[in-house]
Amino acid sequence: MFTAEMRELIKKVEATRTQRLGTAFPRMSPEEKDEVLKAYHPDYRESGFRALSLGVNRGDKVPVELADLLEANSRLAGQPLDLSRPAYDVDVLIVGGGGAGAAAALEATARGAKVLVVTKLRLGDANTVMAEGGIQGADKPDDSPALHYLDVMGGGHYTNKKELAAALVKDGPGAIKWLNDLGVMFDKEKDGTMVTTHGGGTSRKRMHAAADYTGAEIMRVLRDEVQNRRIEAIDFSPAVELILDADGKAAGAVLLNLETQEYLVARAKTVILATGGAGRLHYQGFPTSNHYGATADGLVLGYRVGAELVFADTIQYHPTGVAYPAQIFGALVTEKVRSLGATPLNIDGEQFVYHLETRDVAAAAIIRECYGRNKGIQTPTEGQGVWLDTPLIEMIHGEGTIEKRLPGMLRMYRKFGIDLRKDPILVYPTLHYQNGGLLIDEHGRTSIPNLYVAGEAAGGIHGRNRLMGNSLLDIIVFGRRAGAHAGEACRNVRLKALTLDHVAKYQQALADSGVVTDRVSPLVLPHYTHGRHED
Amino acid sequence: MAEKEMVDIYLLGKRYTVPASLTIMDAMEYAGYQLVRGCGCRSGFCGACATIYRIKGQKELKVCLSCQTKVEDGMYLAQLPFFPGDKREYNLDELKPTADVMKQLYPEIYSCIGCNACTKACPQELKVMQYIAFAQRGDFEKCAHASFDCVSCGICASRCPAQITHYQVGLLARRLTGKYLAPETGYLTDRVREIEQGEHDQALAEMMDKSADEMKALYNTRDIEK
Repeated sequence: MFTAEMRELIKKVEATRTQRLGTAFPRMSPEEKDEVLKAYHPDYRESGFRALSLGVNRGDKVPVELADLLEANSRLAGQPLDLSRPAYDVDVLIVGGGGAGAAAALEATARGAKVLVVTKLRLGDANTVMAEGGIQGADKPDDSPALHYLDVMGGGHYTNKKELAAALVKDGPGAIKWLNDLGVMFDKEKDGTMVTTHGGGTSRKRMHAAADYTGAEIMRVLRDEVQNRRIEAIDFSPAVELILDADGKAAGAVLLNLETQEYLVARAKTVILATGGAGRLHYQGFPTSNHYGATADGLVLGYRVGAELVFADTIQYHPTGVAYPAQIFGALVTEKVRSLGATPLNIDGEQFVYHLETRDVAAAAIIRECYGRNKGIQTPTEGQGVWLDTPLIEMIHGEGTIEKRLPGMLRMYRKFGIDLRKDPILVYPTLHYQNGGLLIDEHGRTSIPNLYVAGEAAGGIHGRNRLMGNSLLDIIVFGRRAGAHAGEACRNVRLKALTLDHVAKYQQALADSGVVTDRVSPLVLPHYTHGRHED
Repeated sequence: MAEKEMVDIYLLGKRYTVPASLTIMDAMEYAGYQLVRGCGCRSGFCGACATIYRIKGQKELKVCLSCQTKVEDGMYLAQLPFFPGDKREYNLDELKPTADVMKQLYPEIYSCIGCNACTKACPQELKVMQYIAFAQRGDFEKCAHASFDCVSCGICASRCPAQITHYQVGLLARRLTGKYLAPETGYLTDRVREIEQGEHDQALAEMMDKSADEMKALYNTRDIEK
């Protein structure tokens, strides 16, 4: 339900609507984009970052909340653990049960490997289920992997690792087909043509979708297939430290059973980290669209064994998080809402940015509108937001479009008394995605032998900014690649004695670099109190 | 600070006073819980937070997703963080989209007594009994669309006197639909073959060889589909 003040302001939006409809708002020039990014994008706010004082990336700046976890004690410091009697002994250990982990599990299993998936929450509890808008893939006749590559590189400001971007676009159509053949229900016309839209920064309409449940639909199919293939998956058992062997090869992980609080040793010939993102660290105090489990655990584990971080200082703020109502503050309003024609408007009902700029530019423009130009709309929680004029969608595409193409959004708002077919909604950028992560090669390998990373925890594919629909693609492409490679490579691995010496060394490095702290990492679970202590 | 409106809720029977503006999930955290089970995406998509409640003084049991529902005064709350539903294993490649599939894998759907408890219980407001009826008739496409917004929270199955695991039936129908009943996308198959045969390698390699300045020029003047 909107407040009376908001109701008044909505009248201004309604007043300009017919005049705005059909009038194209100009895209920004490269110089204008640069200017708004530098002045308003949170990545450029120096106080949000700190240089690391130890490890491979010593001297590199990362978000302070991440630095706090990288410069923290191991949960296992001082814990006696018998590594010689592992509870699990497998070929491929996959840490994380989202889209990347599940895709990796299926491919490794298909190659005959014995696979174990361990996950912090349940199999499928991951950012994958919340990817609403779609998955890119250059399959249509007027499109090509090369055109997709150009969009990916331009979106990433030409910083992407070329071979990773190339692998992403080249495997794109194959990934869509793989999912289709597993029974993912993509939106299609009667003749089999996929219903596709633009995302911010795309030159072709290559966003394939399953209504606005795309990621959820993909995840439930992959989970079902993991279960059909009888792949062992253990819920509520996050990895809290990687294990190496005497040669320094990845050789397993220490798991924490969240119910019994016991530590368990999993020995493995290859390890794939697919732990996802970091939104629940709430960089710079931003709300997040991320899953409850998105606490950067994999980055901490990988960094402690010496894997390198890339682009860890670039965070994606999704331009349209929920600004109101407070109950769903920070939740995602899928970019598909803008793909279908909804435009951002200020307090006077005027558009101030082209609706399909890349996410970084759109987010910066919204922050500028609110705090640079004071044209935002005040919310009861003392924040600000801008309008997203959703009723335009049905004026453009016809009545019933929202119910058919955005049923999740319609339901979410309806539960709080807002009908986005009739009224615009209030949005503000929300912490959405870590563009960077642990550096991989095109097979998902890190510099640590037999350690792979896939999904949001990996870095380099998207450079400094990811386009919509390339994350669902990335988790499938690189999940499959890592799973396939690890599933083959494990045959030739001979493990030596397991060790946690690297943890002791990291503890020593902390002391040597003067970090004195009682912080412990990985975080595993966030802690919320919703203002109880101020009451 | 302005006086907050507070309400009393009962978590597993124990009373807590919490701000009326919070969702049930947030209210549990306000009360001091650090959630392990019963919490997932916090956006209504994952089905982890199925919750059963009754308002003090009323008889009716209600259900909801705790992340999508505001607290009300007098709520007696219990979560359903796990439901031991029965999923049958199958090889999708070997199935055919005929009514026989359901008879083999989920024969209990034919024991539905029509009580409609599943539909009344669905927090997504799906017509659950209706999509089970579609499955009984082998009308998988209808079953698929009617069950599409399912988040597999398990509440339907927990209420079913015929021991049907509805959400698994819907999932099977959707996978059959996606794989076999939806029309084939011919150009997708073609493009995958072209890529396998290396037909796009040269264009991609040329693009990768370009300098950043060349890429910028190409990007800023690229033609954008209307």
